[in-house]
Amino acid sequence: MESDLGLWAIPLAVIGGAIRVSTPILFVSLGETLTERSGRINLGLEGTLVFGAMAAYATAVLSGSPWLGVLVGALCGAVFGLIHGVICSIPKVNDIAIGIAMMLLGTGLAFYFGKPFIQPVAPDLPAIPLGWWSDLPQVQAALNVNVLFVIGLIAALALAWALRATRPGLILRVVGDSTDAARAMGLRPAMIRTMATAIGGAFAGIGGSYLSLYYPGSWNEGISSGQGLMAVALVIFARWSPINCFWAALLFGGAGALGPALQSVGVTQGYYLFYAAPYILTLGVLIATSSTSRALTGAPGELSITK
Amino acid sequence: MRPAPTAIGAEPLPPGALGIETVGMTMRFGNFTALEDVSLRVSPGTFHALLGENGAGKSTLVKCIMGFYHATAGQLLVGGREIEIADPRDARALSMGMVYQHFTLVPSLTVAENLVISRADAPGIIDWGKELEELEAFMASMPFRVPLEQPVNRLAAGEKQKLEILKQLYLGSRFVILDEPTSVLTPDEADEVLGHVRGLCTAGEISVLMITHKFREVTAFADEVSVLRKGRLVGQGKVADLTHEQMAEMMIGVEKEYRPVERSGSPGKLVLELENVRATDRSGLKEIALDNLTVRAGEIVGIAGISGNGQMELMEILTGQRSTSAGQIRVEGEPYKATRAESQAHSVRYLPEEPLRNACAPRMSVIENIAFRSFDRNADQQRFWLTPAEMKRRGNELISAFKVKVAEPEGPIAALSGGNVQRAVLARELTGDVRLLIISNPCFGLDFAAVAEIRARIVAARNAGAGVLLMSEDLDEIMELSDRILVMSDGRINFEVAAQNATLAEIGHHMGGHA
Repeated sequence: MESDLGLWAIPLAVIGGAIRVSTPILFVSLGETLTERSGRINLGLEGTLVFGAMAAYATAVLSGSPWLGVLVGALCGAVFGLIHGVICSIPKVNDIAIGIAMMLLGTGLAFYFGKPFIQPVAPDLPAIPLGWWSDLPQVQAALNVNVLFVIGLIAALALAWALRATRPGLILRVVGDSTDAARAMGLRPAMIRTMATAIGGAFAGIGGSYLSLYYPGSWNEGISSGQGLMAVALVIFARWSPINCFWAALLFGGAGALGPALQSVGVTQGYYLFYAAPYILTLGVLIATSSTSRALTGAPGELSITK
Repeated sequence: MRPAPTAIGAEPLPPGALGIETVGMTMRFGNFTALEDVSLRVSPGTFHALLGENGAGKSTLVKCIMGFYHATAGQLLVGGREIEIADPRDARALSMGMVYQHFTLVPSLTVAENLVISRADAPGIIDWGKELEELEAFMASMPFRVPLEQPVNRLAAGEKQKLEILKQLYLGSRFVILDEPTSVLTPDEADEVLGHVRGLCTAGEISVLMITHKFREVTAFADEVSVLRKGRLVGQGKVADLTHEQMAEMMIGVEKEYRPVERSGSPGKLVLELENVRATDRSGLKEIALDNLTVRAGEIVGIAGISGNGQMELMEILTGQRSTSAGQIRVEGEPYKATRAESQAHSVRYLPEEPLRNACAPRMSVIENIAFRSFDRNADQQRFWLTPAEMKRRGNELISAFKVKVAEPEGPIAALSGGNVQRAVLARELTGDVRLLIISNPCFGLDFAAVAEIRARIVAARNAGAGVLLMSEDLDEIMELSDRILVMSDGRINFEVAAQNATLAEIGHHMGGHA
C-alpha cells in the first residue's frame, strides 16, 4: 500500500487498531471483572467468546440481522456462564478447573456447529463514520467506530458507577470480598456468584459477536487467537476496575496494531518483534504499577488466585 | 425483602426491646454434642451475660439462635412466640443482630459502604452525599466513632470491634448478641461502649446477650448471667446475687488455685536494639518513629497503648512484614532483618496479633503448622528429607503439653477456635531455645484459665533468660508481667517507667497522647 502520510501513518494506524481490536477484549474483560468481583474466576471466557462469535454469525447468516446475532451471542454467553456458575456452586468444585473445561467445551462446540457457516457471508454490524471531517481515507478508516465499541465504553462507565453507588454493585463486592460477611448479612453468595458469572458470560458473547460480525468480520476457527484468555489476564492488569479495563483494552489493541503499521510504512526488519508489543507492554506496566509492600490492591478477597 | 417468619395468624412482634428464650436447645455434630439441653431466657430490656471457657458451647448456642446452625433439638422463642429461624436472614428480619468474635466486616469496603450495605433497606441507587451526611449525624450521636472513608482492612482490631457494635446500633437491632465485644478495647473504651449498650437496655430499646470472660464486666453491666460448661448449662442467676468466686466456680467446675511463676534473675545483656527506626504506618500517611528501644535478656518489656497507635506496625517491622525507611535493628549486637536464618541463629520467636493470619498457613494441618520452626532442622543441621512420623509425634506431644483442643491434628489449623490457634502457635514458638520473644496481645479472646497459663509460660521464658517484648492492649497484662513499661502513642514511644514505679493513672495519661 502506498502511503502519502509518511510516519504519521503509524500513530493513526495505532489509534485505528486500538478502536477496532479493543472491543472484544473490552467486553470480555468487563464480563470477567464482574465475575471476579463476585469472587469467582471464569477462565472459560475464551470458549464463550468463540462460541458467541459462531452463534452470532450463524444467526446473522440465517436471519439477515446482525443485531439478532449479537443478541443470540449474548444469550449463548449467558448460558455458558450459568453452567459454569452452577457447577462451581457445588462444594469443593474448583472454578479454575471448570473454567478450562468450559473453554475447551466452548471452542469445541463452536467448531462443530460452525462448520457450515465458514463459507456463507453474514451482514456486518454498522459503524459510525467519525472521520467524516477528513478527506484522508486513512483517517476515515481509523475513525470508523463500531456501535459496539461505544456500547462497551458506556458499559464500562455504567459498571464502574454501579459497583460504587448501587445496592447490587455493593452486594457483589461484599460477596467477592468475604463470604463470611455476606452470609452474616443474609446474602446467598453462591447464587450471586452464579448470576455474576452468567452476566459476565453474556458480555463475552457480545465480544464474540463483534469478532465475527465486524472485525475481522467472518467466522473461522482461528478467529479469537487467544483474545479471550488475554482479556482475563487484563482484568488483573486493570486491577478489577471497569474504567481501567477500557484503557487496558485500548492499550492492548493499539499495541497490537503497531506491527502491521510498521510493516505498512516499509519497515521490513524486525516488525515481527512488534507483534509481541502488547504482551511486553502488559508485562512492563504490571511491573511498573506493582508494589512490593502491598498485595494486589483491589483484588477481591474471595478470589481463588489471590487467596 | 421477604416478611419476617411468624406463626400463621400471629400478631406482629411487640415494639421495643425483644425478649428471647431457648428451650432445651441441643446441637450435635456427628457424635460430638456441642450443646445439650440449654434453656435460657433473656427478658426484654435486660443485659444477659453468657460465661464459659473456650469450647464450652457459647458460640454454638448463639449460632443456633441466629440461624447459622439448625439445632438438633429444642425451640426458640422470640418475643414470646415459637419461631423457626432457617437462616441468619430470618434473624435479621426479626431485628436480631450479632457482633461476632471473628469480624464480619467486608475488608475492602469503606466504613461507610459497610454500614450502608448492611442495611436491609439499602437503596438500589445510593446517593453518597446524602448517606454520608446521615452517617456523620449518626456517628456524632454515638459515644465513639470510626473514620467513615477508611477501608476496613486499614482499621486496627479495636476500631473494627467498635465498628461492629456501631453497625448493630445503626441497623436498629432490638436483640443483640455480643461475642466478647471488649477484648480489643481499653478498659475506658470498654466501659464507655458497654455503658452505652447498658443505657439502651435500660431505656427498653434493646436486649443483649453478651459472651464474655470478664467478671468485672458481668458485675458492672449485666442483669443476669448464665454459665456454660462442656455444652451444658451449669448455673444461672441474677448478677446481684453472685460473687466472682461463685461464677468462676461454675465455669471451671472445681476451684483451681493459680500460682504465679516467681520471677527470678535480673536483666542481662542487650538482646534487641532499635535505633532511629522509621517506617510508614498502615494508612501510609503517618510515620512510625522508634528512636531507641532496647530489650535485655531476662526482662519483660511491656508496650502499652491504645490500639492503632503503631503497635501493629512495630510488630510487622520486627517480623519482617513491613520494610523500614531508616534506622537499624540489632539482635544480640548483630544487624537483624528477620530472615529465617537470622531468627534461627538468634532464637527469636514471635507470637503476632491474629496468629491465624500472621503466623500460620491456615489450610495446612495443625501438626504441620506446629512444625514450621523445626521441620527442616536436624539438630543444628539443615535437612532435606522430612520425617513425617517425627513431626507427627512432636506435634501431638506439643498439642497435649499446651492443651490445644483439636479434634483432628491432621486437619487444617483454620478449623480451630481462636484460643486454640493461639496455643498451637505458642507451643511452636516457646519450644526449644528462646532468647528473644516478641509477642502481641497473647491473651486476646482467651478464657481466664488459659490466660493464666499463657502468662505463666511467658514469665517462665523470661526466667530462663529470654528477653521478652510484650505488646498488649490489656493494661492489667502489661502491669502484671512487665519489668519495664513503655507507652506507645501516635507511632512513638512517649513514656518509660520501671514496673515497680508504674501507676495506672500515669500510664493511662500517656496512652491518651499527653507527653
